[in-house]
Amino acid sequence: MLLNIKNLHVAINGKEILKGLDLSVNKGEVHAIMGPNGTGKSTLAAAITGREGYEITQGEIVYNGEVINNMAPDVRANRGIFLSFQYPVEIPGVSMTNFMRTAINAQREFNGLAPIPAGEFLKKMEKMKKLVDINTKLTKRSVNEGFSGGEKKKNEIFQMAMLEPKLAILDETDSGLDIDALKVVARGVNELRSDENAFVVITHYQRLLDYIVPDFVHVMYDGQIVKSGGKGLALELEDKGYDWIIDQVDE
Amino acid sequence: MQKSDTTYKLLEASIVSEFERKQVELTGLCHPAVSRSRMRAFEFLKNSGLPDRKNEKWKNSPFPGQYEEEFLLDIPPVYYDRAMEEIFKCEVPGFWADKYSMLNGWYYSTKENQLITTGEGVVIGSILKAQHQFPELFEKHFGKIVRADQDGFTAANTALFKDGMFVYVPDGVEVKNAVQLIKLINRQEPLMVNSRNLIILGKNSRLTFLHCDDSVNHTPSFINTLTEVFVGENSSFELYKLQNLNDSTSLINNTFIHQEQDSRLKVNILSLNGGKIRNELHANLMGQGADVDINGVYLMDKQQHIDNQVYVNHAVPNCHSNELFKGVLDEEASGIFNGYIYVARDAQQTNAFQRNNNILMTPKATIDTMPYLEIYADDVKCSHGATVGQLDEEALFYMMQRGIGKEDARLLLLFAFLAEVTSKVSIEALRISYEDMIKRRLQGELSICDKCVLHCSVPDKPVEFDIDLSKI
Repeated sequence: MLLNIKNLHVAINGKEILKGLDLSVNKGEVHAIMGPNGTGKSTLAAAITGREGYEITQGEIVYNGEVINNMAPDVRANRGIFLSFQYPVEIPGVSMTNFMRTAINAQREFNGLAPIPAGEFLKKMEKMKKLVDINTKLTKRSVNEGFSGGEKKKNEIFQMAMLEPKLAILDETDSGLDIDALKVVARGVNELRSDENAFVVITHYQRLLDYIVPDFVHVMYDGQIVKSGGKGLALELEDKGYDWIIDQVDE
Repeated sequence: MQKSDTTYKLLEASIVSEFERKQVELTGLCHPAVSRSRMRAFEFLKNSGLPDRKNEKWKNSPFPGQYEEEFLLDIPPVYYDRAMEEIFKCEVPGFWADKYSMLNGWYYSTKENQLITTGEGVVIGSILKAQHQFPELFEKHFGKIVRADQDGFTAANTALFKDGMFVYVPDGVEVKNAVQLIKLINRQEPLMVNSRNLIILGKNSRLTFLHCDDSVNHTPSFINTLTEVFVGENSSFELYKLQNLNDSTSLINNTFIHQEQDSRLKVNILSLNGGKIRNELHANLMGQGADVDINGVYLMDKQQHIDNQVYVNHAVPNCHSNELFKGVLDEEASGIFNGYIYVARDAQQTNAFQRNNNILMTPKATIDTMPYLEIYADDVKCSHGATVGQLDEEALFYMMQRGIGKEDARLLLLFAFLAEVTSKVSIEALRISYEDMIKRRLQGELSICDKCVLHCSVPDKPVEFDIDLSKI
């Protein structure tokens, strides 16, 4: 099992947001996490990636057989956990190219490898830029600076492609995307899917799941996963909304 | 109101009595212009002393807190007995600067090199020597850009300076190599050093000057430097100041510049380390078409203090000025930035810009930043901006999520923040040295260098950095 979350409780400033969440993800699987606003979806992503201020009060996150509750974010990243940010951050003064090379070399160093040779790096950049249809001009700019909303999201998938994570969490990567950009993002994910990695796709809408077909769909409500099913569940949600599930839970 | 002996603070009393004791020597053996200035300065000191916190320009300054400390003012002359490099190594292979040095306030060279004239007629050497050999230049320029009684420190400097550097560039000469002045303090007892520099550029000339203040040991000292610069018509002057002093040193670094028509001035001040540093820079734009670009970076930590006071005086129309200062204050460091822009009534078509950005790394670090614009012309473009912020936590997490360690992420962010200023250093080799120094300082390696700060990138101690910062 790649990721095994057991009875996870997470608090922000003492306020409990996740209230006993369980989730298991195997290699080769795509899981979709859906649910109304404010139910803890992004908190789950933050807890898995180790963001400061998200306190695990109970339960554990096991990744690749190891409890990672207290592991630093960069160590988790180097072990193969990637987050596509809902709101990618602009970093003025740091070029995209240099940022990417620094990240790749950090990962390689972690794995006991020498820094990536310049030629190999450039070749990989070219390939992945094509994959997500990213303009060369963008990689010469500072990280995310002056990128449009769609470009920022494509840039997240580009970075994912460059870093080849084992577990990728896509936090509302579809929000604010037009249909063409959405297709590009989905194509990127589908190209990278393999038996060796897994994806957790957080989304509000069924739309993205037309292009990234999930193996499992989970519904979050009030800090827990309250319903799980196959891809059919997403269609049902599209049709009927969340109220029927909430009613079931409240009963 | 005249100060009496009983109201002098210890340092003020020492300055006054030092002058009285040495008056014959200080005023008798020098150029009349120097002599006159010294007398005027002494009168001012006797009456007004050093600036205190009641003075608006010193109200948040920690310097007045030091006036009860004891410093040795009567510093015996230093005679040249060994090469500067034996005291302080600063040799970067194939470097682009000619090095000159001062030790404990005295010009440090062999006897025959106290004042040299190059083939092109450029004069470089000790101000003590120069005043006698070039009396007409002193009559014309000494004490003309700064008044002896501007404030207590300019007065103390004028009254007591022992030595300093003199540079004269004749009309039409472009000096190829930069002139680098390395000023060192190396004594076991606390000194107060007053040194005075005079730099004169004729018409259509060019000079790059590096002014380095370094400590060799950890003894406290009080350095009070004053530099007057005259930039002739259509000439270019680039001034770099590098400050890497020990934590118990106080540095007052006053620079007064007069710019003639169509002259260009570029200043870059890098304050890396030092107990207390006050850089006061006055750029007087006295001829139309003059241009000035003043930049600074400061990196302070512990309980260090940095104060940058920049005065741009648009006295005539059609001049351009730009100021950009960026700083990082860590631990309990404190800082002040005051940017004064004065636009005279007839100085129409003035363009004047000013910006100061700060990152505070801890809740205890502080910065006081204040623009001060006084504009009497009505057809001008002036702007100013100041920011005080923290390291961007969002960006830090973003970088860590990509596998970059926290320390590297922090460095990369800070370095990127400062790069806007360092990228303006036009000499490639110097820019690389600047950036190396900043990297080392940010990594906490550089407190006081045992060598010249410009030495940092030589092979015996390479600057290791996981991140290739050259491409950003």
